[in-house]
Amino acid sequence: MTALLAVEGLTVGYRTRQGLAAVVHDVSFEVEPGQVLAIVGESGSGKSTTGHAVLGLLPGNGQVLGGRIRFRDQVLTELGPRGWRDVRGRAVSLIPQDPAVSLDPVRRVGHQVEDVLRLHTDLDARARRERVHELFDLVGFTDVERHYAQYPGELSGGMRQRVLIASAIAVEPDLIIADEPTSGLDATVQKQVLDLIDDLRVRSGTSVVLVTHDLGVAADRSDRIGVMQDGRLVEHGPTADVIADPQHAYTRRLLDSVPSRLAFARERVEVPADREVVVEVADLRKVYGDVPAVDGTSFAVRRGETFSIVGESGSGKSTTARVLTGLTRATSGRVSILGADVTDLGRRAFRPLRKDVQIVYQNPYASFDPRFDVYQVVEEPLRSLREGPRPRGRRPYRDQVVAALEAAALPADFVDRHPRELSGGQRQRVAIARALVIEPKVVVLDEPISALDVSVAAQILELLRRLQAERDLTYVFISHDLAVVRAISDRVAVMRHGRIVEQGPVEQVFTAPQTGYTVQLLDAIAGRDLTVGVP
Amino acid sequence: MTTLVDARPAPAPAPAGTRPAAPVRALRLLRRHGVLVVALAVVALVLAWAVLPGAFTGHDPIAVDPAGKLAPPSAEHWFGTDQLGRDLYSRVVHGARASLSGAAVAVAVGVVLGALLGALAGWFGGLLDSVIGRGVDVLLSIPGFLFAITIVVLLGFGIVQAAVAVGLTLTATFTRLVRAEVLKARTSTYVEAATTSGASTFDILRRHVLPNSLASTLALVTVQFGIAIIWIASLSFLGLGAQPPEPEWGRLVAEGRSYIATRGWLTLWPGLTIVAVVLATNHISRHLSGRDDT
Repeated sequence: MTALLAVEGLTVGYRTRQGLAAVVHDVSFEVEPGQVLAIVGESGSGKSTTGHAVLGLLPGNGQVLGGRIRFRDQVLTELGPRGWRDVRGRAVSLIPQDPAVSLDPVRRVGHQVEDVLRLHTDLDARARRERVHELFDLVGFTDVERHYAQYPGELSGGMRQRVLIASAIAVEPDLIIADEPTSGLDATVQKQVLDLIDDLRVRSGTSVVLVTHDLGVAADRSDRIGVMQDGRLVEHGPTADVIADPQHAYTRRLLDSVPSRLAFARERVEVPADREVVVEVADLRKVYGDVPAVDGTSFAVRRGETFSIVGESGSGKSTTARVLTGLTRATSGRVSILGADVTDLGRRAFRPLRKDVQIVYQNPYASFDPRFDVYQVVEEPLRSLREGPRPRGRRPYRDQVVAALEAAALPADFVDRHPRELSGGQRQRVAIARALVIEPKVVVLDEPISALDVSVAAQILELLRRLQAERDLTYVFISHDLAVVRAISDRVAVMRHGRIVEQGPVEQVFTAPQTGYTVQLLDAIAGRDLTVGVP
Repeated sequence: MTTLVDARPAPAPAPAGTRPAAPVRALRLLRRHGVLVVALAVVALVLAWAVLPGAFTGHDPIAVDPAGKLAPPSAEHWFGTDQLGRDLYSRVVHGARASLSGAAVAVAVGVVLGALLGALAGWFGGLLDSVIGRGVDVLLSIPGFLFAITIVVLLGFGIVQAAVAVGLTLTATFTRLVRAEVLKARTSTYVEAATTSGASTFDILRRHVLPNSLASTLALVTVQFGIAIIWIASLSFLGLGAQPPEPEWGRLVAEGRSYIATRGWLTLWPGLTIVAVVLATNHISRHLSGRDDT
């Protein structure tokens, strides 16, 4: 079989003030008809740039510096703007990364899909409309007439992504470039979207280049995998071979970073049931307006334990975290932390407890004052919660701040740097240092690794794990990612629509789920093939 | 969003030894920000006029010389003389003090009141926010200059009264801006993080909210400074601001207008000075607020 798409020695660069910098070096691969090639890599690896180069959609300062992209018998790298317009949409189409910004907010979604048909077919208005209805039906919309007339703002993230898929397949292209088609979607929605792409491939023999950071998705959904690191394709082969027997050290490292493979996940020691309860929540309700965000939840967390609350967006897990950290008051129910009843405490009255309860956010950079350097960020709890007058001198808490940074595995000289100079993982370590600098007993972790690359996330999990052992910390871990939750928790509560549908020891919930929703969530975990060692 | 913080990663520092010499760097700066340098120079010059008028002119701005009245510009009298024989250049230089201090008082009144009201509305929200917000709406619905005239009539004529009147009309704009900035900061994750770090409300306002609102406020200050100069000059032109014989740019234009057909320079020079200063402050303001989207 001849390849549908052949990329040979592709080198792509971006013009910057410092000159032309290559970000993709000498990348070669082929995609055969009906095949799915997954390009995996971490942020900055050049995977998206590669995908966009194939579509001729590099940003204005991007440029193909060398190599050839051949599609069927056409050399795409030699096309002019007019030639590209013929290829794009008709023969090769894109499913973009972010459904939230990829649709025109002031036009009906049906018309936006129709645009593709208007440009590439001779259908008249009625036929086009019918075809859009067919496409909407195909991507799983039930009420196609209504959705045709809706605006993007009226649709959820998953539905917008389906609209984009509908327009990508409108004229039945031979090749679809899917650039992180499911990042930012809930696990069950991700599964539906990926199933849909799979289904289309089987039905019409379309080839897919799937650009993703998620090895689990790549393992489940591709025939071949290409692993990119620093702009180079370091490993390339059939999916099963790459997963079972990775040749390159980087591929091995990526695979080892997958939550279900983390070494420490298998060496958990059970927390004795007779340890004191440090967080106790009984029949907690929190209502915003008329809408209950949390609707009668009860759970207890023992000292030294990691208790995870897992759920999809809107399940009420973050509201629970806000109540536990005294940022918002419960509507009813009872919350006690370290024996103190905090249910009716406002922000001010909660203050004495802040020494013992800290929080780490999903996006560390947003949680730092943009004017502060690392010292000022980490110092803040010491400064705010001190007793007595403020110590004199410049940077009086320097020793404690340095100690906290070192505990978070950061070098001491980071105190004088600004967070904007740090990488995402380093910033999250600074946030952890800030949470630990006053030696709290309970730490609420609100999606602490969701914004990080998989290998960095693994390091942060390892760090959290070590700190817990050293300091006998109690973690309340909020996450949407079941694979991560399984790797680090002792007990887990599954939330949906503000209620806890199931809770119990992590192994029990994962191996013998009691409710249909938990089963559905577990089914949606990508990359179960990657699991080794855990039965 | 308007902040002075540059979110881009810091460029790699040039290796030691290759840093260009100071004059070369100054020249590059001039080439990239030429207009800005000129604008800063104009503002610096008129500020110097206001602080040390004696250093720029030897003539007394109110010394009358009937023999030399209405003389055209010359080496002795750079801008010529007025109908009483007073040196016009000297009057423009000395007029800077009244015009600029008037504008400064006006902006100060606007910023202080606006920051206070805006911070209250943004931080506490609820009924207070509604009351302040509707008050601002009412204020903005009245044409600003007419409102300023009304206040001057109530307060009495004079440069200070004119400045306070202009300041009160500027309050509405500052209130809106500060309210929006405080609201943005109040709901930001870093303020929430400061709360969980145990910071008191006062500390949060002082250390996080106000400093982070400052950058965009500063940009508005410079642009409103230019507007205040025009309005105060306009009030003086109408005879509601600076009173004779005190020199003030708006008054100088008013005094010269009887002779505009035959002695055009009497209105031209003060007028051009006002235009130059306002354009300069506008450009500086645009630079301050435009840092983010470049």
